[in-house]
Amino acid sequence: MAAKPKVAFYWCASCGGCEETVVDLHEDVLKVVEAVDIALWPVALDFKLHHVQAWKPGEVAVAFINGAVRLSEQEEWVKLLREKCPLVVAFGSCAHLGGIPGLANDESRREILANKYLRSPTVDNPQEIFPQESCQVNGYHLDLPNFWKEVKTLDQVIEVDYYLPGCPPPTDTVAAAVTAILKGELPPKGSVLAPEKSLCESCPRKDSKPERFALSAFKRIATSIPDAEECFLAQGYACMGPATRSGCGERCLHGNMPCRGCFGPPPGSLDQGTKMLSTLATLGEARDEEAAEDFAATLADPLGTFYRFSLPASLLRRSRRAEET
Amino acid sequence: MADAQFEPRIVGFLCRWCSYTGADLAGTSRIQYPPNLTPIRVMCSGRVDPTFIVKALADGADGVLVAGCHPGDCHYQEGNYKTMRRYPLLLRLLDQFGIERDRVRLEWISASEGDHFAAVVKEFTEKIRALGPLHWNGKALAPAVAEPV
Repeated sequence: MAAKPKVAFYWCASCGGCEETVVDLHEDVLKVVEAVDIALWPVALDFKLHHVQAWKPGEVAVAFINGAVRLSEQEEWVKLLREKCPLVVAFGSCAHLGGIPGLANDESRREILANKYLRSPTVDNPQEIFPQESCQVNGYHLDLPNFWKEVKTLDQVIEVDYYLPGCPPPTDTVAAAVTAILKGELPPKGSVLAPEKSLCESCPRKDSKPERFALSAFKRIATSIPDAEECFLAQGYACMGPATRSGCGERCLHGNMPCRGCFGPPPGSLDQGTKMLSTLATLGEARDEEAAEDFAATLADPLGTFYRFSLPASLLRRSRRAEET
Repeated sequence: MADAQFEPRIVGFLCRWCSYTGADLAGTSRIQYPPNLTPIRVMCSGRVDPTFIVKALADGADGVLVAGCHPGDCHYQEGNYKTMRRYPLLLRLLDQFGIERDRVRLEWISASEGDHFAAVVKEFTEKIRALGPLHWNGKALAPAVAEPV
């Protein structure tokens, strides 16, 4: 019997939800283990950098890397995995587009650290001591990674072969991707392993989408309960469906939540946020400048709505505030 | 800091039916206006996806002008109304990115308003000159490694 191919799972700036997806395979995880050997999986098993450094190039066939990149340590790990593995798959929204951690690109590094180390209610730090990259404690030299000025997507740090979108990627797309890799039936390099159409195409509420929209104000999910049948956009909710790739299984929609855009834009779209802005604004009924301004003013937090999962992958990448030091 | 040598780079998306013809009229009428605007002819101001505007800013433009037919005069009936609705939402988004609202301007310029076109370009160029360079890309692509706090 030929040796089983080896795969690696690694995480950077992520919440652990992507790891959960693998666990959510339930008993199917046994089929995965039957087909492949897991050579690295820090969430479940103890591994050190030197274990990976000792791999022969090509020994581990695929690295699934989740999470955005913000620490020099994460850069070191993903560059090492890139060097060792013939295939690297960006796993989940954060590795693909920056994800929720990517929203930190709207705030300066200094503010983020101050929030954590000065203003947090459980922190007492009158001397305003911040973590340093290196220090001496009792004669020992200690190092911490550099906390970058911005959050990056995985492909802004290393070359990525494939993308598995989603927050987290649904188990069926993961299983399909693993199967395709094992059989060697892969699409062109750089592909996102999900359908190419927008979410509206597979939306269960598709038939209730009106021919013409005439919105006068946006509604918020925090302050109102949407109708369970009607198109979210027709109701005035900023549903990201038109600017988002399908393939997620419409999990949010079935939970009566408008799409938040975790699958990223469909192919050919340069910027998920401006595409959504383009669509959403035109659904208004405004016929003069003043009404258009009033309509626009009813959308809370355009940046957070349009770039909830894709700020680091957007054309502008980060706000000017994030530049301040 | 306003640089004495700074020449604003402005991208202008001009609708083919009104504003581009208005720009032509400014030229054939020999009206003098600053050469800082690079015109791009589009079929309708409604075709100007906000992505174009943001991409221009990200790739080195200091300002973007979008010009179309006056409301009610759109060759495609509704196109400029769509632009009218997108513009204030785009300004709110740019606020959050920290890009000054004055860098993106929407104007209605008809085919007979060559003088208006020239006046808009002149005024807009001076406004951008006062704001200074945007240099967005240079900033976003600066080295990620940060100084210790």
